[in-house]
Amino acid sequence: MLEWKKLGKLFDPRDLSGECWMKEFAQSPSVLVYENFVRVYFCSRQAPTADGQYRSFLSYIDLDRVDLLRILDVCSAPIFGLGACGTFDEFGTNPISVIRDVEEVRVYYAGWTRCESVPFNGAIGVATSRDDGLTFVRVGAGPVLPYSPDEPFLLGSPRIRKFDGRWHLWYVAGKKWLKTGDKPEPVYKIRMASSDDGFNWVKLGVDLIEDVLGVHECQACPDVVFRDGKYHMFFSYRHSHNYKGKAGGYRIGYASSYDMVNWTRKDEVAGMHVSEDGWDSEMVNYPHVFELDGETYMLYQGNEMGRSGIGLAKLHSLQDWAEL
Amino acid sequence: MKWSKLGKIFDPTEHALANNCLGFAQAPQALVMDDRVRVYFSTRERDSVGKYLSHVAFVDFDKTMRNVLDVSRHTVIALGELGCFDEHGIFPVHVVRDGDRILAYTTGWNRKVSVSADASIGLAVSNDNGLTFQKHGQGPVLSASLHEPFLIGDAFVMLREGLYHMWYIYGTEWRKFSDTEPPDRVYKIAHAWSTDAINWHRDGRPIIADRLNAHECQALPTVFQLNGRYHMYFCYRQAHGFRKQSDSAYRLGYAFSKDLVNWERDDSQAGIDVSDDGWDSQMQCYPHTFQLDGKVYMLYNGNEFGRLGFGLAVLND
Repeated sequence: MLEWKKLGKLFDPRDLSGECWMKEFAQSPSVLVYENFVRVYFCSRQAPTADGQYRSFLSYIDLDRVDLLRILDVCSAPIFGLGACGTFDEFGTNPISVIRDVEEVRVYYAGWTRCESVPFNGAIGVATSRDDGLTFVRVGAGPVLPYSPDEPFLLGSPRIRKFDGRWHLWYVAGKKWLKTGDKPEPVYKIRMASSDDGFNWVKLGVDLIEDVLGVHECQACPDVVFRDGKYHMFFSYRHSHNYKGKAGGYRIGYASSYDMVNWTRKDEVAGMHVSEDGWDSEMVNYPHVFELDGETYMLYQGNEMGRSGIGLAKLHSLQDWAEL
Repeated sequence: MKWSKLGKIFDPTEHALANNCLGFAQAPQALVMDDRVRVYFSTRERDSVGKYLSHVAFVDFDKTMRNVLDVSRHTVIALGELGCFDEHGIFPVHVVRDGDRILAYTTGWNRKVSVSADASIGLAVSNDNGLTFQKHGQGPVLSASLHEPFLIGDAFVMLREGLYHMWYIYGTEWRKFSDTEPPDRVYKIAHAWSTDAINWHRDGRPIIADRLNAHECQALPTVFQLNGRYHMYFCYRQAHGFRKQSDSAYRLGYAFSKDLVNWERDDSQAGIDVSDDGWDSQMQCYPHTFQLDGKVYMLYNGNEFGRLGFGLAVLND
């Protein structure tokens, strides 16, 4: 089992003094390391619109590289606009995953649209930055990963990686909209696709992670790192209903693989649990694991799916990850 | 090209159709059989909120195309489940024979909030000569992509030299023409190819030049080969005002090609136009050409997008 030392809450837009476009939520953290600072991209929200609905925007904070709990800068305006009328990302961009590739920075993101029979649909888009991650421009007006016969809706939670010169995208695909309860609730599972250029994808076409909460388990945010000869995935999972509180809310799961295709799930290895009290006492979710200057860290979002902000943990245990 | 009109041949209000459908027989598509010609079309029911759901139905004609033998009384292709791309209708459907099976390429519709709907192309397969179809998955085979952001539909598929060719349309824009009306869609004709009828490679460009303006809407391409050339018919209209103003409504367009890649548009050669009066005097749309007993026929809709049925024309020798 991995042992993490929680370093505390890193950022909550509600704690900001003074005027800021961000009002609530810091979701889906993803880092980009610079020479003197670490930029944490995440998704945040303005006040809800007149109809009471939220829209998520790409945002960032810059952390001091030698003291990650010290925030050097806070993004002063959304760095990526929403899509045009009728497009897949007209009503929000969340979650996101950022990667540096030679001269550019790319963000893969889930775009949100609103539907009549179900509340929303999602699809995965890509945008690139030519100013080292300050602003992003869409590669196209449509999604980079199309729906397909066995992935009919709700493509989201992208995590982009490059291993051995090839692009890999872990993401989730919707399986079913459940009709029980007041409103339809989706079920989605973790999948992957591979690509030579990051734009044209070949889907593997299988659910990667076995369920532990039954067939209606929802799995999200498959964050993959390669270490000690194995691929390690940290992800979130929850029940399909009553997931907004502590009992049914998101937890962090873990799986490992030697080939990126066949995965063995062992949630107990993840080692990241809810706290006794405070901002992450009901939920820990959307983990992002990264290495920096010889240490391993996990960024994650807390209660109410990140309404209460994002926090940081540092790996405590020195161990061979091949043994996990 | 010169076509002789044979008049309206099917009125959906004269038949009892499945799914409580009342009126509309849109986008007729022919499947020629030994003893009959089966014409698939999309008809409509009103759902519990008063909106339309388009359903696939068919009518069988004898080979003179003058006598109706039967109409479908069952659900030919079921609409999609909750949240699926084809939950709120299938229109049009295109059928093509592929060995022993019939492939149906559906345009599935689902309703949205900021715009009325989106569409993608699905596949369903029949192993009983077109009576019933089984869907190839709950999702589409061709849907929005990086440079084709929405409204993927109107497939027409032709097999040539081991390749499946598909002509289809994709949306380019939802455009506001006035403050008081909802946005109007703009869409163009494109081409894709496949070796397995399921996975498609897109050319990624519009293939038919605009005639009206950049907002011209082009729909439902249909292709046939005759005298060493490929001939494409389609319909086109203005993006705005097309429902009520006849001069903005659908007309039939025409293009030809020698290689299935480069198309030259020349509507002046179409050889068919709206009538002075009657069922196809305000608009002509959703053409489908097919060959039968040595002749080329065209099925198409007239006024009100086919509310009162479809007609037939035959190409003069």
